[in-house]
Amino acid sequence: MGIDLPLIWGVIIIFSIMMYVVMDGFDLGIGMLFPFFPHKHDRDVMMNTVAPIWDGNETWLVMGGAGLLAAFPLAYAVVLSALYLPLIFMLVALIFRGVAFEFRFKAEAGKERAWDWAFIAGSYGATFFQGVVLGAFINGFAMDGDRFVGGAFDWFTPFSMFTGVGLVVAYMLLGSTWLLIKTEGELHDDLRLRTRHWVWALLGAIVVVSIWTAMSQPAIAERWFSMPNLLFFAPVPLLVAAVMFWLMRSLSGESHTSPFLLTLALVFLGYSGLGISIWPNILPPDISFWEAAGPPQSLGFTLVGALLIIPIILGYTGLAYWVFRGKVRAGEGYH
Amino acid sequence: MDLDALLLSRIQFAFTISFHIIFPAITIGLASYLTVLEGAWLYTKRRVYLDLYQFWIKIFAVAFGMGVVSGVVMAYQFGTNWSEFSRFAGGITGPLLAYEVLTAFFLEAGFLGVMLFGMKRVGPGLHMFSTAAVAVGTLISSTWIIASNSWMHTPQGHEIIDGIVVPVDWVAVILNPSFPYRLTHMVIAAFLATALLVGASAAWQMLRRHDNPAVRTMWSMALWMVLATAPLQAIVGDFHGLNTLEHQPAKIAAMEGHWENTPGEGVPLTLFAIPDMEQERNRYAVDIPNLGSLILTHSWDGQFAGLKEFAPEDRPNSTIVFWTFRVMVGLGLLMIALGLWGAWSRLRGKLHSSRGLMRFALLMGPAGLVAILAGWFTTEIGRQPWIVQGLMRTSEAVSAHAAGQVGLSLAIFVVVYFLLFGAGTVYILRIIDRGPEPGDGDAPPEGGPGLHNQPGRPMSAASGRSADGGDAGTGGRTPELQPVAANRGGMV
Repeated sequence: MGIDLPLIWGVIIIFSIMMYVVMDGFDLGIGMLFPFFPHKHDRDVMMNTVAPIWDGNETWLVMGGAGLLAAFPLAYAVVLSALYLPLIFMLVALIFRGVAFEFRFKAEAGKERAWDWAFIAGSYGATFFQGVVLGAFINGFAMDGDRFVGGAFDWFTPFSMFTGVGLVVAYMLLGSTWLLIKTEGELHDDLRLRTRHWVWALLGAIVVVSIWTAMSQPAIAERWFSMPNLLFFAPVPLLVAAVMFWLMRSLSGESHTSPFLLTLALVFLGYSGLGISIWPNILPPDISFWEAAGPPQSLGFTLVGALLIIPIILGYTGLAYWVFRGKVRAGEGYH
Repeated sequence: MDLDALLLSRIQFAFTISFHIIFPAITIGLASYLTVLEGAWLYTKRRVYLDLYQFWIKIFAVAFGMGVVSGVVMAYQFGTNWSEFSRFAGGITGPLLAYEVLTAFFLEAGFLGVMLFGMKRVGPGLHMFSTAAVAVGTLISSTWIIASNSWMHTPQGHEIIDGIVVPVDWVAVILNPSFPYRLTHMVIAAFLATALLVGASAAWQMLRRHDNPAVRTMWSMALWMVLATAPLQAIVGDFHGLNTLEHQPAKIAAMEGHWENTPGEGVPLTLFAIPDMEQERNRYAVDIPNLGSLILTHSWDGQFAGLKEFAPEDRPNSTIVFWTFRVMVGLGLLMIALGLWGAWSRLRGKLHSSRGLMRFALLMGPAGLVAILAGWFTTEIGRQPWIVQGLMRTSEAVSAHAAGQVGLSLAIFVVVYFLLFGAGTVYILRIIDRGPEPGDGDAPPEGGPGLHNQPGRPMSAASGRSADGGDAGTGGRTPELQPVAANRGGMV
């Protein structure tokens, strides 16, 4: 039969992680913007823009993990045990952040600040360690056959620390442009000014990560710079530059939605840049989707459900966003 | 016993899942309760049901939040700590977990926002649908996770090819022999535990003479629920025990502290003992002759395997499961007693005046959750030394980590869980302490962002709360909206 189950599942996993970055990225970004907006009512508005939807956003992270376990048990076992500490730190940070949504509105006056800090620290921690995981992934895993033979701190490299910071900047930009859609008045104007800084910071991060990757990963550099790949990949940095320019212009314009959409385009470009660098490996540097795949009986069984149900999920996720569309105003109740 | 990565990983798993299971149990029960309340409100138009809905949804929200975050930890822990298990059995547990995410997690998360914040933004039909969707989601979620867990107890429908479990018959995998009993037992346990919490909350209000129609209604509903589910749970538990005897005889022997049979004699029921794994005997045993046979074989002198019939390395730890099992059963008997006492008081027209009954119900508030933990320990420790019964030992399943790494993560989890879930429990108890008010139904959650939302009524729901006005006026840029912002504390 011509159905390439591991390939289809590879695409589903890539899609789930992309969905996660797009959807949870902006609500993590809101937590990281909190320190720049000390007033309670600003923070209330910011939190209320995502209160009804963050839980669904985060479910894509669980989907990525469960899909990986279902389709690529080998990759799941290796990645999760090789990245034990950063993943545990990320989970703990997500716990702080998740409970802050509920607890902040039920706390007494003095303790509310403590939950603000839990929300801030959780958002920074979760994002930073996701970026660290990303960097460690690009660096690849020390494998002997299908066994991880590296150490507990292989992920602790200057490169992955930098990708951690880079993802912080990316999610902050997602968060601030999301808030441009959902806010108005002085908060909106403030955000518009600050967003410019995040754009420049992200541009810097993208350039540094690209150069660093090319210099430290000869295999990836060779893939980028050999012909004819160079011709196929050249549009990526050009598109990044174009989108960046357009994004800066939109920040001086009237539109409330285009900065967010352009930031999404930027994130998507960065993500596809990563994709074409390591394809088709699920465990860089050299274990592919096909080698890490589970039994076809498992992949086929799960695929039926995924293909039938994911469209439905997208449907009611869209419904939830539609129900809570529009601007959030100070004093509009969340809790 | 050394504190090696295996033992630390087992402690970490037991710790994180013990915390986690509490919250799904509450949310399974409360989501269905909320669906009943909203349905009753829409059907009868009686305000008291809406008041109760608005009250319990606050507690549901806190419990759900804690369930979600502790659940994300579980989804990753199979890989971080039990990577050899994931590598071996991921072909079966992975798809079941993936179906749980696809059919349940997204459903719950997608409609949760509408349920919590959408009362004024969508029509009553869609809101009712959202509540029901969340409730159905919690039940679907239990179904998949119990299917996966049951398969680890009574695996079938698979082959082992190249040292990896390969599913060959998914119907057999999912409908494995212990699945129906385990699922029924768990879902009833969630309903029963929730009913006990609701009943205790009502009792707390009534004992302090904070009496109103909402409190009376939830008191009455909770006692009906306990009366219905506690005896039913005993019957289901009995069936589950027989099923375990058939498929996991070593577990039953350990639960009963049953070492060996005497030819021609029935097996006694050991009420009290300290099973000694080293010396292969019970210390300080108090036995009732033949009762063990009667319960487990439903005959006067039937026999079943004793622990000595299993190789020492295949025996579960009887010292622990003997006692966790008795805690569960003992609490279950007390729950049946509460249900009967409630029915008796109701018959005599003293349901709302018997303070003895209220005190007993208050004491029994946490009993359901304790029984769930005790039952969970019994079944999971009773499966040891196997992680997948007969197929893979727990010692072979663990990731190759240094003990220090796992010790660090365990320490972090312990500190964070006690801190955060402790705070969450305090918030829940504080809401319960305040109790449902007749006005709760007038102040539904205002519903997040939106085009057409008007600012909420100033202070109307903030009665009894000094909480959130905290920094009102401290340099806000729209001070005229501050009182409005302050009112959200009183609502979910």
